[in-house]
Amino acid sequence: MSVLLQYLVTGVSRGFLFALLATGFVVIYRVTKVVNFAQGAFVVLGGFIAYSLLGAGVPQGLSEVLAVLASAAIGLLFGVVTLLGRMSTIASLITTIGLALLSEAIAMLVWGTTPLTYSGLSGHDLRFGGIFVQPQYLLLIGVSFVVLASLWLLLDRTYVGKAMTACASNPYAARLTGINVKAMGLLSFAIGGALGGVGGVLIMPLFPITYDSDVNLAILGFAAAIVGSLTSPTLALAGGLIFGIAEELVAGYWSQANETAVALGLMILLLLWQSQRRQQAAKLI
Amino acid sequence: MNGTGAATAPILSVDGLVVRYGAAIALEDVSLEVGRGEMVALIGANGAGKTTLLNTLSGILTPSAGTIRCAGRLAHVPEGRELFFDLCVDDNLRLGAWKASSRDPARIYELFPKLRDLSRRKAGYLSGGEQQMVAIGRALMAGPDVLAIDELSQGLAPIVVQEIGRYLVRLNAETGLSVLLVEQNARLALELCARAYVLETGRVATHGPSALLRDEPAVRSAYLGGHVTT
Repeated sequence: MSVLLQYLVTGVSRGFLFALLATGFVVIYRVTKVVNFAQGAFVVLGGFIAYSLLGAGVPQGLSEVLAVLASAAIGLLFGVVTLLGRMSTIASLITTIGLALLSEAIAMLVWGTTPLTYSGLSGHDLRFGGIFVQPQYLLLIGVSFVVLASLWLLLDRTYVGKAMTACASNPYAARLTGINVKAMGLLSFAIGGALGGVGGVLIMPLFPITYDSDVNLAILGFAAAIVGSLTSPTLALAGGLIFGIAEELVAGYWSQANETAVALGLMILLLLWQSQRRQQAAKLI
Repeated sequence: MNGTGAATAPILSVDGLVVRYGAAIALEDVSLEVGRGEMVALIGANGAGKTTLLNTLSGILTPSAGTIRCAGRLAHVPEGRELFFDLCVDDNLRLGAWKASSRDPARIYELFPKLRDLSRRKAGYLSGGEQQMVAIGRALMAGPDVLAIDELSQGLAPIVVQEIGRYLVRLNAETGLSVLLVEQNARLALELCARAYVLETGRVATHGPSALLRDEPAVRSAYLGGHVTT
């Protein structure tokens, strides 16, 4: 029982990481119709930058905030490259994969190939119903939740958020009303970068990261985003939690080697189910 | 200044406008004027260049020659309404004020009382006539001096078109808003507007008071179906 509880806590924390990634996919896709496969790079670079700042003696909190800001700037830069000119959706998707590979190469050159980690929130492990939980897990869950909730409020309740939705809904009409569609797209990339950065600085003390962790992270984040059809932040959160918990249970009760395979199998089932539903909906019309 | 009628300086004047799509010429030497508080129709068949002209006026397209002078703000109601379907009526209206100072849609609800009850409804779920009201309302939220409307009647029942036409005429009379009405339905356009331009394959074929154009044989046969019974 306590083992299961332990897996659940770890799974929920991993789930929030995937949810941060998934929400990055969603925010960028909603505004620009680009599927940004460089989403995992924001986690890796954000975490690594925090690691280096800590190594240079910058206080922990400040290092992490600066790393998130740097990730937002990297996101913005990726947005500038991806939204350059008028690329087709498929061309921009390939561009994001190229950017992911490029940032992997840069990460390898700067930080090497060994897994990196740093210590997170200090303090005693907290006791919950027979299990011990590191405070960092709670920090990851709490901060991610607050970040995702404020982002949802930004998108759903503010004028700028609605303008971002308007760009996704009808870019031509958005231009007619004077909204700068390109600037909104860049803003969405910066938000995607910041979300990845938040995930990176929070996860690194719990799970060491290597320069090439981004591929797995991007795939799992994408899988979670698919749950919300790449457009719903709330369903992306649900998807993140499903994949996080499933991954931990598979790793715990079966084998760690199978966790990604099972997650991807789940994603394919979800995609099949969604296309089936869409076909049925089409038949009704 | 009590600018009534076209006698004072026009609010919108287009002079020698040329617009190309690559090698193809969409507009060739188009000139027209809209006076302060005037309702002007622009009629013509499909592909005559009407939408190109409006997209150029609102800055979506760049002309290769000619000048556009607008002594105020121009708002564009696009062909096919082009609403933000995922957003509610209220949000559609508020976003129209992106570059304006006031985001309060109260005045739009006064003009189209029907929309007040639909304010929380997603724009994609409205009828064609309601969508056209939202599209006009959204453009009005920009606080324009000239309203350019592309294909007001497209896809709408005649009775709905009549209703929206009456709103426009009232708006024009009460606020002095200038209107450039682009229409394939020439009969409607000539009825609502005092003056009209006829656009044919990118050129202004003829223009003048609607009452005179209605009787021109070329206009009658080409745009009014030839056998006018009224």
